[in-house]
Amino acid sequence: MEEMKDIILQYVIEEYLEDDEEEITYDTPLISGGFVDSFSMVSLKVFLETKFKISLPDDKATPEAFDSVNNIVNLVKEFID
Amino acid sequence: MSNIGSYEKGIKNFDWSISEKELDYKDGNTINIAWYCSDRICQMGKADKLALIYEGFGGVEKEYTFNDIRLAGNTIGAFLRNLGIVQEDRVCLFMDRIPELYLSFLGVLKIGAIVQPLFSAFGEESLFVRLENAQTRVIITQRKHLSKIRKIVDKLPSLEHIIIVDHKESKSLQKNEVPFNLEDATPVEDFEIFPTKANSPSVLHYTSGTTGQPKGVRHVHYSLISQYLTTKWILDLQDNDIYWCTADPGWVTGTSYGIIGPWSLGITQCVLNSGFSAETWYKFIEKQRITVWYSAPTAIRSLMKAGDEIVGKFDLSCLRHLASVGEPLNAEAIVWSEKVFNKQFLDTYWQTETGSMMITNFPDMKIKPGSMGKAFPGIEAALLDPKTFEPFDEPGRIGLIAFKPGWPAMMTTYWNNNEKFEEKFKNGWYLSGDRSSIDKDGYFWFTGRDDDVINTGGHLVSPFEVESALLEHEAVSESAVVAKPDEVNMEVVKAFITLKPGYEPSDELELKIMNFIRKKLSPLAMPQDIEYMDSLPKTRSGKIMRRILHAKEWGEEIGDISTLEDE
Repeated sequence: MEEMKDIILQYVIEEYLEDDEEEITYDTPLISGGFVDSFSMVSLKVFLETKFKISLPDDKATPEAFDSVNNIVNLVKEFID
Repeated sequence: MSNIGSYEKGIKNFDWSISEKELDYKDGNTINIAWYCSDRICQMGKADKLALIYEGFGGVEKEYTFNDIRLAGNTIGAFLRNLGIVQEDRVCLFMDRIPELYLSFLGVLKIGAIVQPLFSAFGEESLFVRLENAQTRVIITQRKHLSKIRKIVDKLPSLEHIIIVDHKESKSLQKNEVPFNLEDATPVEDFEIFPTKANSPSVLHYTSGTTGQPKGVRHVHYSLISQYLTTKWILDLQDNDIYWCTADPGWVTGTSYGIIGPWSLGITQCVLNSGFSAETWYKFIEKQRITVWYSAPTAIRSLMKAGDEIVGKFDLSCLRHLASVGEPLNAEAIVWSEKVFNKQFLDTYWQTETGSMMITNFPDMKIKPGSMGKAFPGIEAALLDPKTFEPFDEPGRIGLIAFKPGWPAMMTTYWNNNEKFEEKFKNGWYLSGDRSSIDKDGYFWFTGRDDDVINTGGHLVSPFEVESALLEHEAVSESAVVAKPDEVNMEVVKAFITLKPGYEPSDELELKIMNFIRKKLSPLAMPQDIEYMDSLPKTRSGKIMRRILHAKEWGEEIGDISTLEDE
């Protein structure tokens, strides 16, 4: 669980943060905070599906469900056997 | 009572001199957009009225009066002038929607230089081609975007100054980088504004076409005449309104109607610099008591998706007038807005090249949900036969949307590419590149584009640009890019690729390619779907037949394939 959180957080930092001074936590709002835009959310979804070998239905991949690392972890957990 | 009164009244004896008179402008006079947006409003006794209410990340809030924006424009203008920037130099604004973006817009125009606003999510390649094409001398940016600029600055000999609006002393500066913190600068009270004329260039917006690199659409200060009146009559802004245009000034809506229109009318406008969520937006409307809201179909459809229940949690009774732009607004969205906001969104149609609204729905006009509306007074709009380029008026027949040149906000050329500009005109008509039909009552009904350009979330993406960038990925051998239908964004980018020997299709590779394009071009240009192919359909002469792939995505007839390589 902790590992999953850190994998996702690290991926978000590496891929989406432009400012190396910005710090994000597990609770930082990613979508509404402007760190990840709605178009880039698609690549984040592909990352989650590939990394955790799951398939996330489009209607579950909402801005709210992706709005923090903690939210994403909860979503991914639903789809992991 | 709306500003226009009625459409019939608006078109009766219409002349653009209506706008000129209201702005006290006479042919041959000086006309400077920044002066009209700030100094003139102050002279009209509104110096202490709020011009900008800003809300940013982490609850940061700032307010600026018209006198504040006048002083800020002066101060930024003076700073640029001291750097040696003069009239017609290109100054790129590469910032998020922070106050400095809006204030720098005024500062650049005050010295007669040309504003080149670019979307801050652009990757280094998108940024490079636009700066190189415009031979930009200055870029004004934030610390967070510096890394992209530093990667390309050595290839841009014209770029002499990189101004950082939020520099920290603890950070080192590199060659050509200059710190400028507006809050620390001494405000410049008296400033000699450059006496621009009607044909003096003002704004350079880049737009994508099917082939070739993006084109710089050159606008002039006289565009104010259209932008002022269309804002007044269509957005219906009145003195006590609180206005919110959700567009980023990296796109034309964000300057024509997110800066010039409202401020030239002396209207208070709000800016929300945050990501999208239904709750954030509704909360912002409720808190700022927004009365007029100009947004985009993609945002409206996203709000619809968030559901009706969340709307009920906020008091949105302040809203009195709603409008939309960027792509056709579907009838369902209009019906929904009436249900939840008790107001219909008015769809407006125009382009980067037109500079102001052209075909639109009007306050107090009967709306036919799903229709683009009617031509703005003074705009001669027609449908042309695609082969003869002759106008026709049979109801229901689809044709090319075209306009008689001559409205004040029309582009004056494509930067360094007058040949492409000339190609936009046939038989004395400006060709929009879009198709529609017209009904017996004179309402236009959008049917689609006349080329392969992808309209995603109201922004145009060039398939050529994405295809070229894909070929720079080490695994990609060939690429073809088309629009794919999308429930929220209308269209998204889809790529078909073949791989070089030694590479195998996989989800991991798909993700790598997506991120490669996102960083190189922009999130908008990132393929939302990548399909691996053994080969791409080509003509016998070797040209990729994008048309076949597009038809496949949209479930359309493939049409004539007699030139297909393998047939």
